[in-house]
Amino acid sequence: MSASFVRILVGRIRGEDPLVRDLKAVLGRGRVEIGPAALNLYSHDASVTRGGHAGIVCFPENTAEVSACVATAARHGRPFVPRGAGTGLSGGAVPCDEPVMVVTTRMDAIHEVDVERRLAWVGPGVVNLDLSLYLEGTGLHFAPDPSSQQACTIGGNVANNAGGPHCLLYGVTSAHVLAVEVVLPDGEVVVIGAEEGRAAGYDLRGAFVGGEGTLGIATSICVRLTEDPPEVATLLLDFERVQGAADTVTAVIADGIVPAALEIMDQRVVEAVEPFVKAGYPIDAAAVLIVELDGMSAGIAAATARIEAIGMANGARNVRVAATEDERARIWKGRKSAFGAIAVIKPDYYLNDTVIPRTRLAEVLTRVYEVVAERDLIVMNVFHAGDGNLHPLIVYDAREPGVMERVLEAGEEIVRISVEAGGVLSGEHGIGLEKKRFMPLQFSPADLEAQERLRRAFDVDGLANPAKVLPSGASCGHVTTLGQAPEGTWV
Amino acid sequence: MGVIDLRAFRDDIGRADQVCVRGGGTRWGVGGDDAGARSVSAPVGIEAFEPAEMTVTVGAGTTMAALSAALAEHGQEVAIDGPADSTVGGALMVGRNPLRRGRLGEVADVLLQADCVGADGAVFTAGGPTVKNVTGYDLCRLLVGSLGTLALVGRVILRTRPSPEAFAWMSGAVGTSEVVDALYRPATVLWDGIATTVRVEGYGDDVNEEVGRLQMLGMVPTGEPVLPRERDRWTGVLPVGGILEVGAGVVHRPDAPESGKVAIGVRALGERLRDSFDPTRRLNPGRDPHRVPA
Repeated sequence: MSASFVRILVGRIRGEDPLVRDLKAVLGRGRVEIGPAALNLYSHDASVTRGGHAGIVCFPENTAEVSACVATAARHGRPFVPRGAGTGLSGGAVPCDEPVMVVTTRMDAIHEVDVERRLAWVGPGVVNLDLSLYLEGTGLHFAPDPSSQQACTIGGNVANNAGGPHCLLYGVTSAHVLAVEVVLPDGEVVVIGAEEGRAAGYDLRGAFVGGEGTLGIATSICVRLTEDPPEVATLLLDFERVQGAADTVTAVIADGIVPAALEIMDQRVVEAVEPFVKAGYPIDAAAVLIVELDGMSAGIAAATARIEAIGMANGARNVRVAATEDERARIWKGRKSAFGAIAVIKPDYYLNDTVIPRTRLAEVLTRVYEVVAERDLIVMNVFHAGDGNLHPLIVYDAREPGVMERVLEAGEEIVRISVEAGGVLSGEHGIGLEKKRFMPLQFSPADLEAQERLRRAFDVDGLANPAKVLPSGASCGHVTTLGQAPEGTWV
Repeated sequence: MGVIDLRAFRDDIGRADQVCVRGGGTRWGVGGDDAGARSVSAPVGIEAFEPAEMTVTVGAGTTMAALSAALAEHGQEVAIDGPADSTVGGALMVGRNPLRRGRLGEVADVLLQADCVGADGAVFTAGGPTVKNVTGYDLCRLLVGSLGTLALVGRVILRTRPSPEAFAWMSGAVGTSEVVDALYRPATVLWDGIATTVRVEGYGDDVNEEVGRLQMLGMVPTGEPVLPRERDRWTGVLPVGGILEVGAGVVHRPDAPESGKVAIGVRALGERLRDSFDPTRRLNPGRDPHRVPA
């Protein structure tokens, strides 16, 4: 009797799910988990989505194993959900109806760094910040810098087309992914894109990035490495009115200056953060604006002077240019750790992510504050102002009766206001489960059908992360949005 | 500037017969030909240009010259490669990167929203109007370079960029890596097998500083080079009379290259996409993006 026959026989006697048996035959026993601890852990991500149900959790270590997992699931007609570090904020990795979870965190090798050609091939499980740390001393870095960068994986960045403060100048993840080795939903392996230039044929790479795990699984990623700027200047402007900060952002862009980053934090955020990071943020300001300029010295000096003048003309009280690397690091630490400090105000929070035209920042922000105040809630704003990418964060105490309904209502209203202002549903967190019901606010049935055509070309049988992104099709089991907010969330 | 109405464009395209959009015809032979399909024209005109937003809304039939002139009035430009007589839609469908991609950016990142007519004759919108957007699938990037085989584009919203304050072309018999190491984000680096030609751009004094560094390497000021007319994928060997765009994967050469090579699985996925969007192959039936060399 062969070993595999024995395994099947033992499995039958134990009443084991035949799919589990087949996956164990592919990965070995140790890397297929069906115990309650693993199933629970992999049933949610960093979003407020609750009620997901993982079926089987797999930990492949190479492309062939990912392909085998996916092909095995397909053979059993069972959907699969790719998952990186689970830091997603829209429920994209939350499993519906017991799928096979394909966790790529063990594929964390940096395969190749080509300094001369400025590219690197990395596994999907490589943590974003780890790549940048690895590159220290080469004069190059990986530009996308989502605030979760110390935990999120590059595979996840690709799936969500992740952003970050420095995407204002450098572009979101799609602009930094040259090629991807992908396991398609039927298990086939293709390499899309090219190390240099545009690949022949359709831009499948462009279509795949941001697919939220519904188009296949990235198993190796060729990323563009960006030259470190010769000089960096970080400015901190503070304002008596939030609108002054917003108007400054609009005016800076209108002046033809594209800084590396333009970030606004309002007073509530500053008050929460300053005691922890001691960045010297003025806690009496209605808002602070962080501006980062990079490049060569003369251009930075000229832009600094222009921004100072624009800031003052729009009501800035002070413009501080970070004098030391430590000062610069503190200013950024405050921005990037903003969400860790929020628990001092309320125990729970609901974070939104929409984009509006950047010329309408001041007006839409005013509306956001009104909408939240009308519902007797508190909102904190810390966001990528230069892109018009809002991140209103509603803080609340879930123990308060009826509060959830008001939070949900305010969140919906903010989405609606953003779309009405000529904006979009999401700038960097994605649609996942959280926002798919809002898709008809932005798209007509014909628009959604065109998106469905793209999806079906990649995923003919509908097995890749189903029930996500598009509002048509299956609903997701017992999932509810909003619940007890998780700890350690970033924006 | 007026609102572009897509109804006439939609009606011209209809629902049944084979059709293509004729732009400026400047690169009509890229990836095939019209195969006898009826040709229609896309709407012309600049609907809205918001310099403070760095976006422009334009009819796909507008010429690149007209778009460039309108943007230049406010010191902006777009990262699309196309001759003056080509149309915005045509240039996007050919999907070539601009020569100055090192500073201006890449064509894949320029199309924010496209209002299209699909093979079924219905109008749909891909993408959205903002500069940052991950709402739904990225149809815009899929459309760029698709040669009008998935949908016919009528109106687009594009990302614009401020033009550099100053620029300089420099040339000399210096190795490309030596030149690259001396500069910060050069707009383009060209190599003809002997000499390197580079364009630096940015703030005036910074450009002067970089020009000084290049002069120290023995390079001298030069004009914008005239590139050979054909394009090919860089495979590591410079063809006779060829000029390499360093890091862009493109070689400009005088003679026509062979068709591009595409892996079987990649082509199959491409064909599935085409079948999914246009089951009867009525849109640009004579064209195939897989046949475009670079």
